[in-house]
Amino acid sequence: MIRGVIVMNDQGKPRLVKFYDYQTVEKQQELIRRIYGVLCNRAENVSNFIQADSICGPDTQLVYKTYATLYFVFIFDSSENELAMLDLMQVFVETLDKCFSNVCELDIVFNFNKYSSVQQLIWQVYTILDEIILGGQVLETSSAEVVKAVAEISKLEKASNTTMLVPKSIPGWQSR
Amino acid sequence: MLGHDASLGYIHAVKVAHNDSLSLKRTRSLAVTLLLNEDHVELLGHAKEAIRKKVVMALHQFYERSPSSDSHLVSNFWKRLCDNDPGVMGATLCPLSDLITIDAKSYKDLVISFVSILKQVAERRLPKSYDYHQMPAPFIQIKLLKILALLGSGDKQASEQMYTVVGDIMRKCDSTSNIGNAVLYECISCVSSILPNPKLLEAAADAISKFLKSDSHNLKYMGIDALGRLIKMSPEIAEQHQLAVIDCLEDPDDTLKRKTFELLYKMTKSSNVEVIVDRMIDYMVNINDNHYKTEIASRCVELAEQFAPSNQWFIQTMNKVFEHAGDLVNIKVAHNLMRLIAEGFGEDDENADSQLRSSAVESYLRIIGEPKLPSAFLQVICWVLGEYGTADGKYSASYITGKLCDVAESHSSDDTVKAYAVAALMKIYAFEIAAGRKVDMLPECQSLIEELSASHSTDLQQRAYELQAVISLDAHAIGSVMPLDASCEDIEIDKSLSFLNSFVQQSFEKGAQPYIPENERSGVLDVSSLKSQDHHEVSAHSLRFEAYELPKPVVPSRAPPVSLSPLTELVPVPEPSYPKEVRQTASVSSFSEAGPSELKLRLDGVQKKWGKPTYSSPAPSTSSSSSQKTVNGVTQSDSMGNPNSKTRNTSYDSRRSQVEISPEKQKLAASLFGGALKPEKRPSSTGHKVSKTSINSGAKAHMEKGVISASEISTEKTTPLQPPPDLLDLGEPSVTNMAPFVDPFKQLEGLLDPSQDASALDYDASKSPDFMSLYADMPTSGQTSTVANPLSNNLESFGSANGGSTVVYPTQTNKGPNLRDALEKDALVRQMGVTPSTQNPNLFRDLLG
Repeated sequence: MIRGVIVMNDQGKPRLVKFYDYQTVEKQQELIRRIYGVLCNRAENVSNFIQADSICGPDTQLVYKTYATLYFVFIFDSSENELAMLDLMQVFVETLDKCFSNVCELDIVFNFNKYSSVQQLIWQVYTILDEIILGGQVLETSSAEVVKAVAEISKLEKASNTTMLVPKSIPGWQSR
Repeated sequence: MLGHDASLGYIHAVKVAHNDSLSLKRTRSLAVTLLLNEDHVELLGHAKEAIRKKVVMALHQFYERSPSSDSHLVSNFWKRLCDNDPGVMGATLCPLSDLITIDAKSYKDLVISFVSILKQVAERRLPKSYDYHQMPAPFIQIKLLKILALLGSGDKQASEQMYTVVGDIMRKCDSTSNIGNAVLYECISCVSSILPNPKLLEAAADAISKFLKSDSHNLKYMGIDALGRLIKMSPEIAEQHQLAVIDCLEDPDDTLKRKTFELLYKMTKSSNVEVIVDRMIDYMVNINDNHYKTEIASRCVELAEQFAPSNQWFIQTMNKVFEHAGDLVNIKVAHNLMRLIAEGFGEDDENADSQLRSSAVESYLRIIGEPKLPSAFLQVICWVLGEYGTADGKYSASYITGKLCDVAESHSSDDTVKAYAVAALMKIYAFEIAAGRKVDMLPECQSLIEELSASHSTDLQQRAYELQAVISLDAHAIGSVMPLDASCEDIEIDKSLSFLNSFVQQSFEKGAQPYIPENERSGVLDVSSLKSQDHHEVSAHSLRFEAYELPKPVVPSRAPPVSLSPLTELVPVPEPSYPKEVRQTASVSSFSEAGPSELKLRLDGVQKKWGKPTYSSPAPSTSSSSSQKTVNGVTQSDSMGNPNSKTRNTSYDSRRSQVEISPEKQKLAASLFGGALKPEKRPSSTGHKVSKTSINSGAKAHMEKGVISASEISTEKTTPLQPPPDLLDLGEPSVTNMAPFVDPFKQLEGLLDPSQDASALDYDASKSPDFMSLYADMPTSGQTSTVANPLSNNLESFGSANGGSTVVYPTQTNKGPNLRDALEKDALVRQMGVTPSTQNPNLFRDLLG
């Protein structure tokens, strides 16, 4: 299964973190730090895979990819295929791209032009991720489908005004 | 839920489930995972695919949390597998694959349906929307192939059902896109885990070669990984890809390198173990990641133990591993190494064994001065030096003891190392005395012992006193206390101490009281506690030894003043077949049985004195023996105190008494008995190895290698038969000499010739790792320039002297790196144990005409 998805910038600042098995916040931060330590030491033009058993426990692997200033990292175990994960990441990025027309780090951090609040955008990004991966399993691999589902969800949200499901304030995100 | 009835929740859950709001449904998805599943079965029939899909996922989560409670879920998954919507079907695969991973047997009947699903998917029966980069539903394919691999492993019938569909997919795979390769890779791993089919294996090999030839690191990585999987099935596959594998080994990419090492680890044989392990060690030295370092070190050890071509090499390798990762490897490995040096290699060739030992001693003496050696390695060094340091007479005792003192002093914070060092000192002095030589302790050694006898560690203290006691004994006694080279002799433990029966009998006749076991004694103690307390309150302020006089002091008054060796004669040993050491044991533990009846009272006193509930702990015993010494101030009394302290322990634990005889035997025994359970692979493999060659030539070869590795650099310069180092030692001034330039190539050519005699090949084998490492250390750019510089300088001067060589030089300068690359690869390839299918005919054509 997929153990976690991390998006961080090239300074090691996490922008999106989602673990599919329970990790304490401290553990999460430590993982992110260590993963960043490995990633920033990787040369260019090397493979996108890293054996991560020293970081995330036995039988884990990392796939990472750099998009502009962002590292996208998937952590998964041996039941997933590395290349497939790489493509899944591509799907995720493509979907983000479609939803935000042209994805960049700021889109993931905040996008004041299009969205009224930071929370709403984060909500959007997490929704996209949830449409692709659920509970550590790949759910949907077609970005068109995901875009459709996300659009539907946000339409329904606007209609039923249920965005309150998201907590009003997420510390750490606002303070960047 | 939380112990309350959750039925109320069902209604809400169902209500929510029928709510129009999608986001509410998402929460429901979350909520229902916590509730029982009766309602969800109904939801599984929900009209909307997306919801069915998510419910399946929710059920999967639910299953993960309580796998035991709902076996009927499986049938639901099974039903969903036949869902109209491929998305739902795909989602169902996730939980099913989890279930199959746990228990493949009970799902064998699903093979047919999985195969047919896979077939449909591959034949593009799915709607277009499931295509991804022109691949039909690749993620479903991957999942299915993984499941099939699980189901088909070791099952002939299931495997046969899969052959066609897997073959089809492999053929159809589009290897230009990432995802296509992913599916292809999954096919390969499926092929490698089901029962082999020659056709599929061939296809897989083709796919692998495509992977390996690609420029993308990702694909190379997959290729190496796939090769590692397939190599179990058909080892010959590696031959085609030897060069690619070596390329990957030299790649700057860490991940790729590690994967390649994994592959090499899998394909290690006795013929290529040297190169592979050398490579691994080289790599190990350069990484910082402790986790991976540990792993690679333990792999090195494992390979070396399994395949070592010679004892010499094994010890060298272990030295290297210990030097660089000594603190990371299991301490058992250190014990194994010690045992190996002590026992030799299972052959009866004493000569070879002693040679091995002296070479080990030599190498350790060389290494010992280096700073920052890991503790485990120092322990090995100390033990070996103590046991065999003076055995071959090459080094004097004072030299070795000086070194040992240095070790103990420079590692003052490590008690274990100090203990090993002291034990080694004791052994060396004992051997010296036993051999009839006069011992004068080095001053630094004396001060060390004095310091240690006041150490905070009781263990060190005890060892220091024991050392002093042993030294004061006469040669005969020492001979039996510390027999030379007896570390491998078995120490038999007679737990019932039957050999003491007659002695006990004797004591009884003299009026001694029978021994009362500890558990019974506690009752007795209650009764007699008042009395004994009375008695001991008198003696509470100073150490008194009245206990000796209490019942009938015949034995103690006689026994203690006598030194150990006469007692051996005193005690009749029932079994004459015992080795010497065991007799020793008998003699010492004879005290234990002599004493118990009288000593019991004395122990009570100690118990009260120290206020401890039991008195079996060793701490009071040592302190009492030491304090006794200070009271009396005579060494003789120390030897008296020792047996007494032993006595107390032995009366409860016979093993302990054994151990107190000599501390290093205790270690040895631990390693002997600890290791005895695991059958050793080494002796058999080396035995096989040596039996192949005649003993004579085998020994000679070992010796030769030993000389080479012992003084690598010096021999490199003097021996003319060593082209590779000369060739690459370009930085050295000797390079300006013409001869090494011309010769190496001719000789290299000779080396490449398979018809070359065995000695040269052997030579090649021992040498090429250095060659490689030398090469690897040089940056590529610097390399070319170093080649070029001396060459251009010398070009004119040599031109007139040798017409042929002028032709050689320019070519070499231009093509230097390439050529060497090829040569080096070729050499390495040979080392890997695979003979190249073609002979590299073009390699030298342009060079040598």
